[in-house]
Amino acid sequence: MKGNIVIYIAIMFFVSFLIRVLPLTLIRKQIKSPFLKSFLYYVPYVTLAVMTFPAIIHATKNPIAGATALVLGTIASWIGASLFQVASIACIVVFIVELLI
Amino acid sequence: MEIVNKQTNKKAFKEGFRDGIPIGLGYFAVSFSLGIAARNAGLNALEGFIASALCNASAGQYAGFALIAANASYIEIALVTLIANARYLLMSAAMSQRISPKTGLLHRLIVGHYITDELFGIAIAKPGYLNPWYTYGAVAFAGPCWATGTALGIIAGNILPLRVVSALSVALYGMFLAIIIPPARQNKVIAFIVALSFACSFAADYFPLISQLSSGIKIIVLTVVLSTAAALLFPHKEVEQ
Repeated sequence: MKGNIVIYIAIMFFVSFLIRVLPLTLIRKQIKSPFLKSFLYYVPYVTLAVMTFPAIIHATKNPIAGATALVLGTIASWIGASLFQVASIACIVVFIVELLI
Repeated sequence: MEIVNKQTNKKAFKEGFRDGIPIGLGYFAVSFSLGIAARNAGLNALEGFIASALCNASAGQYAGFALIAANASYIEIALVTLIANARYLLMSAAMSQRISPKTGLLHRLIVGHYITDELFGIAIAKPGYLNPWYTYGAVAFAGPCWATGTALGIIAGNILPLRVVSALSVALYGMFLAIIIPPARQNKVIAFIVALSFACSFAADYFPLISQLSSGIKIIVLTVVLSTAAALLFPHKEVEQ
């Protein structure tokens, strides 16, 4: 199926907007359910991890470059590099590795 | 009283603007790489600019663009946007406890629209009730960076050498690592969940039935299954800050 890009963007906007705005405008109390709280707590980590690997390896021309960026990016994050620094390091690593290979 | 409020708001706006500068610079680099993904999905610069101005979501937009590139259905896009942005539901809930009950609906709608990992982070780090003008100040710099970076990525992605495009395409993954790794360092359960997610995501690409699912559905299935398992095995008890 080939969709319409304007409709795609509109759907992305409405869903993103509602997710962010509904709790802030409607919920006046803390969420009570321990399960729901825990579930929502873990969701971002699982989603981002699943999206990162193995996709990072397929994103680069050479898989070894992506794998190296994953390892060095993880180490940089671990020792406290900022969001901007880790993103830059990942890019530079891929550029250098693909230059050498 | 009015004059005092105006001065307070002006000060909050200035503070927000100052704190928004490093965030905006980071956004610019990341959204440039997002623009390359948008270009692959067939978006032009204007469409990319509007999509970024309306969505303000790195992971959510990235997933959306990947699905558009794969000619996914509208329902798939909606579900993946929901899943990829689910954390904003929590942040918005947390924010609702940190905003003055007197805050009007329009302020709530705008502040909510700009809940991102970074803008939420700096807003929640402020003591006391959040002044919406602080967020507006940060958005005044960081927002245009995000949208303009996306548009430039779409335009310049065409003229950049393949080698540079390949390098920039990992900027977003680097950003995702910067979000998930520091909490993993502090919390062994999160570290375990992240490692398990990597392993399951990798295995899913080779597992007979799951490997045939679209990448969007794969993300949803893995997220729901793994987060449910984690919530059941390791209930999270700490108070969210």
